[in-house]
Amino acid sequence: MGYPNLPHQRETTVLSQYFGDAEARTLAGWKKRGGYKALEKALGMAPADIVNVVKESGLRGRGGAGFPTGMKWSFMKPGDGKPHYLCCNADESEPGTFKDRELMRWTPHALVEGCAIGAYAIGAETAYVYIRGEFTEPLHWMEEAVKEAYAAGIIGKNAMGSGKRIDVHVHKGAGAYICGEETALMNSLEGRRGNPRIKPPFPAVSGVFGMPTTINNVETLIAAAPILLNGADWYKKMSLSNPKSTGTKLFSVCGNVQRPGTYEVVMGFPFKEFLYDLCGGPAHGRKFKAVIPGGASVPIQTVEEAEATLMDYEGFVAQGSMLGSGGVIVIDDAQSMVSVIARIARFFAHESCAQCTQCREGTAWTTKIMERIRDGQGTTEDLDTLLDIADQMTGKTICVLSDSCAVPVVSGIKKFRGEFEALIQGRRFHPVVAAVA
Amino acid sequence: MADTKMVNLTIEGRKVSVPDGTTILEAAKTAGILIPHYCYHPGLPVAGVCRMCLVEVEKAPKLAPSCATTVAEGQVVSVYSEKSLDARKGVLEMLLINHPLDCPICDQSGECELQDYTYQEGREDSRYREPKRFNPAEDFGGDVIYVPNRCILCTRCVRFMEDVAHEPTLNVSERGDRAVIGKFEGKDLTHPWASNVVDLCPVGALLSKDFLNKARAWELDRTASICPNCTQGCNVTMETRENQLVRMRPRPNENVNAFFMCDWGRLNYRWMNEKNRAEQPMVKRGNALANTSWEAAITAAARSLNGKKVFVAASPMLSNEALFLLTQLMQGGSGAFRVTEGEEAPLPGVKDLALRRERAANVHGAEALGFKKTKDLLGGLQQGDVLVVAGEDLAGIDSSAVSRASEIVVVGSVLPDALAKVSVVLPIANFSEEEGTVTNLRGRVQRFTQARQAPGETRPSWLVLGDLLGALGKQSNFFLPSEVFARLASSNTAFAGLSYDTIGFKGLPLANASPGSGAPVAAGVA
Repeated sequence: MGYPNLPHQRETTVLSQYFGDAEARTLAGWKKRGGYKALEKALGMAPADIVNVVKESGLRGRGGAGFPTGMKWSFMKPGDGKPHYLCCNADESEPGTFKDRELMRWTPHALVEGCAIGAYAIGAETAYVYIRGEFTEPLHWMEEAVKEAYAAGIIGKNAMGSGKRIDVHVHKGAGAYICGEETALMNSLEGRRGNPRIKPPFPAVSGVFGMPTTINNVETLIAAAPILLNGADWYKKMSLSNPKSTGTKLFSVCGNVQRPGTYEVVMGFPFKEFLYDLCGGPAHGRKFKAVIPGGASVPIQTVEEAEATLMDYEGFVAQGSMLGSGGVIVIDDAQSMVSVIARIARFFAHESCAQCTQCREGTAWTTKIMERIRDGQGTTEDLDTLLDIADQMTGKTICVLSDSCAVPVVSGIKKFRGEFEALIQGRRFHPVVAAVA
Repeated sequence: MADTKMVNLTIEGRKVSVPDGTTILEAAKTAGILIPHYCYHPGLPVAGVCRMCLVEVEKAPKLAPSCATTVAEGQVVSVYSEKSLDARKGVLEMLLINHPLDCPICDQSGECELQDYTYQEGREDSRYREPKRFNPAEDFGGDVIYVPNRCILCTRCVRFMEDVAHEPTLNVSERGDRAVIGKFEGKDLTHPWASNVVDLCPVGALLSKDFLNKARAWELDRTASICPNCTQGCNVTMETRENQLVRMRPRPNENVNAFFMCDWGRLNYRWMNEKNRAEQPMVKRGNALANTSWEAAITAAARSLNGKKVFVAASPMLSNEALFLLTQLMQGGSGAFRVTEGEEAPLPGVKDLALRRERAANVHGAEALGFKKTKDLLGGLQQGDVLVVAGEDLAGIDSSAVSRASEIVVVGSVLPDALAKVSVVLPIANFSEEEGTVTNLRGRVQRFTQARQAPGETRPSWLVLGDLLGALGKQSNFFLPSEVFARLASSNTAFAGLSYDTIGFKGLPLANASPGSGAPVAAGVA
């Protein structure tokens, strides 16, 4: 049972072991639990060695794309005469994802430590933590932790007495999903409208304030500390399936399961056991119908696909989806897939930054058609139109928000076409209501 | 720039060689291919948001926005491949789903890039069955109205105000399909160059209040000219409907005005349409002026001038040609001009571009030809001189000063205020009605051409003055303004080497032009 319940015995709690432990939030409590030892060790190492350890560990970005972290850090060329920046992407806004929220709520010092390690490794003196605007509680704990860390000299002009300067700034976003896109995040951080930038140039060349920048997810940065303490081999060994996916991964589970929450398992854990054993399976009398395993923007899996999945980057791809952010949305047979997808489309239409034509117009158009079908006003041409719009929205825009809106529509129509057609033919969606036991 | 690396690529089967760093879109232009686009504008920073300029680049996994993709050696670009055409068709359909399709009442109709590309590459029908979004039109201040329903959010206007005018006024407000162009709180489009956003708008979303409902684009005749309203000499297109000037718009010239012109110059065209004109040659009969024939008037004027010392009060709106011929009439006398002044208003994003203090086209040309710039226009008029009033209305001139003249010959398009001593009136065309050249404040000689028919029996200034010189036995008559210019070029070292052919429609600097005048200004866009 993941947080808010006690850990399930099959979880491997590396990052989440102090969830629910209020004392771990304070500096004293964090230090008592071994905190800042990794930073101390890091500051005694050469930055390139840290990058190598992380590279060796196989750690990959936990924000969604799964880019190898060590390689990302190695793009930051030392001695280019420019200030480097580290950005921590704490704008966790992907629907169904709430792992970073828990990390920051319970172990804010872990993130301060992770940021300091990351900043030092990439030759940056400044790290920004860009926190989602709605995260008032995580923001509070992060600000407290940064304050404590400064007061204790852990970060600042002379971080832990190393002579190195490491500043950590916490920046609150204003509540836009798109600001979780790394280039939009940088614009927002600079005080501009949170619009994604055209790439190239990539952030490692021209990022925040036009300077070389690395952007890492909260979970990624926090994972760096135990890797440094326990070694790359220790981390690499945590892999149940594909050696390219290593370590543990936090999954936040919501929807129609008995025990929603945040779970930490080793990469490659069988999804079927995860869903039925750890998460407790469906509610009494219900059956799982579909799973969106990595936040709203990854393809929807049928329950058969989900049950055949091994939970790592490659495993989800092999079963028609993506690991994404690890935001598992479970859908049972009482839900109308059309309704679910219409709601997801509405989210993306609301959050489109309005730059690219296909996204601005396409997300809204998709939503209108989806809601029309949901309301029993669909036509047979609508499905072709939806697929065509989705095609126009895929791979043609500055960022992938447009693609993200198209993905659930395409996978939904492909895998649950019958539900669409039934509504179009005038049959309303009637879930079978289970008898109360 | 001789050491700039050249990059070779193939666009639509055509070999192209362009400097390193050029975008595919600009490279395609050199091959004669215009890749459809909306948000891109050569005078603005690249936004890459309309996604209209997507093209297929061989071996690239995705279509590339050609405005934001620089060329690479050996690249093979397909503009009209099925994949690129399909993507652009998709963009056009998306742009039109919420567009009101109110072309019949839209000022942009006929010169609308949304119309053009839809006809060129768009779908014949729309699959959109939902209600269209609606936002009411809004007054943006200055000369600009915003019609959000037609807006495609290309953000050219936003970028112009921010990056060229350096006065952020407009923004994209809201997100998703609710997005519209908004104004920052308390701001209006009152920047002296703000109306350029109307030209920049590729659709009918930003409209000029001045031009509103005046004409359909296809009813307009367009003529290459120069803005006569200050010494900057912005290249313009004069647009007329039924011989009435209804709009002036900037004509690109990287050496003078990039792609822009100021609001004051743009809106100050009505004087060229004015009806209170001198339309007939006149001579004094008794105490009054009476209409006469051109032959009689020229003869009378020659009689008045013959053997006399002449003082010319000229207008700095007159062409180099007219001013040059006037110098030939002076016969030991001299000439002067005065110029209206206003506040200088620069466009900060473009180097050396401003609405200038001196509000006339040919101040520099008049000075180069020996006319004295003065506030006391008739200060140099000596007792007994013949006064030639050329293009001047003598407004506000003290009558005692005028009375020093023994006689007055008027060469103008309006009758001057002081008429008592006028013996001959030779009516001439105004700036919009004749051809000629003017010299801007950086010494750049630029041609303007005839946009309107001159009223009544008025004739071009150069023709009238040439005939008058002929009647004085000073030279044979001219048949073309280019012949007058050729004479000017051969007799004045500053103009040496220039001709109408070499000047073309981009202008050329005088031999002694001030330094820096040849520097391209387009690159100055921040």
